[in-house]
Amino acid sequence: MKAKIIVTPKKAVVDPQGKTVQNALEHMGYRGIKAVHVGKYLEVELDGGDRETLRKSLDEACHKFLSNPVIEDYKLEIAD
Amino acid sequence: MKFAVLQFPASNCDQDCVHAVRVLGHSSRLLWHKETSLGDADAVIIPGGFSYGDYLRTGAIARFSPVMQAVQKFADAGGLVLGVCNGFQILCEAGMLPGALVRNRDLQFHCEQVFLKTNHFDTPFTGTIPRDKILKIPIAHGEGCYFADDATLEQLKAGNRILWQYCDADGNITDTANPNGSLLNIAGICNERRNVAGLMPHPDRASESILGSNDGTWVFESVIAALEEKPAARAA
Repeated sequence: MKAKIIVTPKKAVVDPQGKTVQNALEHMGYRGIKAVHVGKYLEVELDGGDRETLRKSLDEACHKFLSNPVIEDYKLEIAD
Repeated sequence: MKFAVLQFPASNCDQDCVHAVRVLGHSSRLLWHKETSLGDADAVIIPGGFSYGDYLRTGAIARFSPVMQAVQKFADAGGLVLGVCNGFQILCEAGMLPGALVRNRDLQFHCEQVFLKTNHFDTPFTGTIPRDKILKIPIAHGEGCYFADDATLEQLKAGNRILWQYCDADGNITDTANPNGSLLNIAGICNERRNVAGLMPHPDRASESILGSNDGTWVFESVIAALEEKPAARAA
């Protein structure tokens, strides 16, 4: 079992990395791109256990440590 | 006065802070991140650097270190805490100051002299700064763009807590004078109780005229003056 966590900048936070990547994509000729947001992906390998308990404790870790709620949003997924 | 200067793995301005205090005739003790007590320190300086390699986010790991738990208690008891650069980032991550510091808007690391306007002089970090003085102090950071939501910015303004703003040499707060895209040109703020402050520019790197400026000494002198005037500001 593993947890997959995606952390992205909040929409209100200026994301110069996303903007730069977007500009580069447009420069390369890719069309139809509205916006790019650069975040990070964390994969946490788990020993196993009760799925719901694991989700709860990892959700707390995401809120307290793995993301900063002032500037970031996160998505947590537990996968087999 | 005795200052505690924290040391994390990859702190790199710890000795600069020790020196800045020494040139003013006061002493400091370096405190490793695993320490659980601040000893008899009168005030705490969290120095610049790249604590824990800036892994995850700047300051994110340092805030959970044993020494930061002691700093939190010290601040709760009214002790004076100054965070410089990475120290400011750590204080924000720890929730001891509001907001966060994100990538500079141009994605560049800026290492240059900037000018700062001091807005409020009723704090232990600004008390002795001459009222019309525009401080020339260097910055050295890649993630110094101050962000907070609108409600927090309003609270900072209403509480007179935006202590320093980036400005030009004449004190005008302009976008051109903003090196990193910080909202409201914010360079440094304090908490509601006014005993914890953080700023991105390095007063420690402007502690002697041979360094290009000694304007940073005003910040340390303010802390020293506050401690001498009100020893009660010292945490129990």
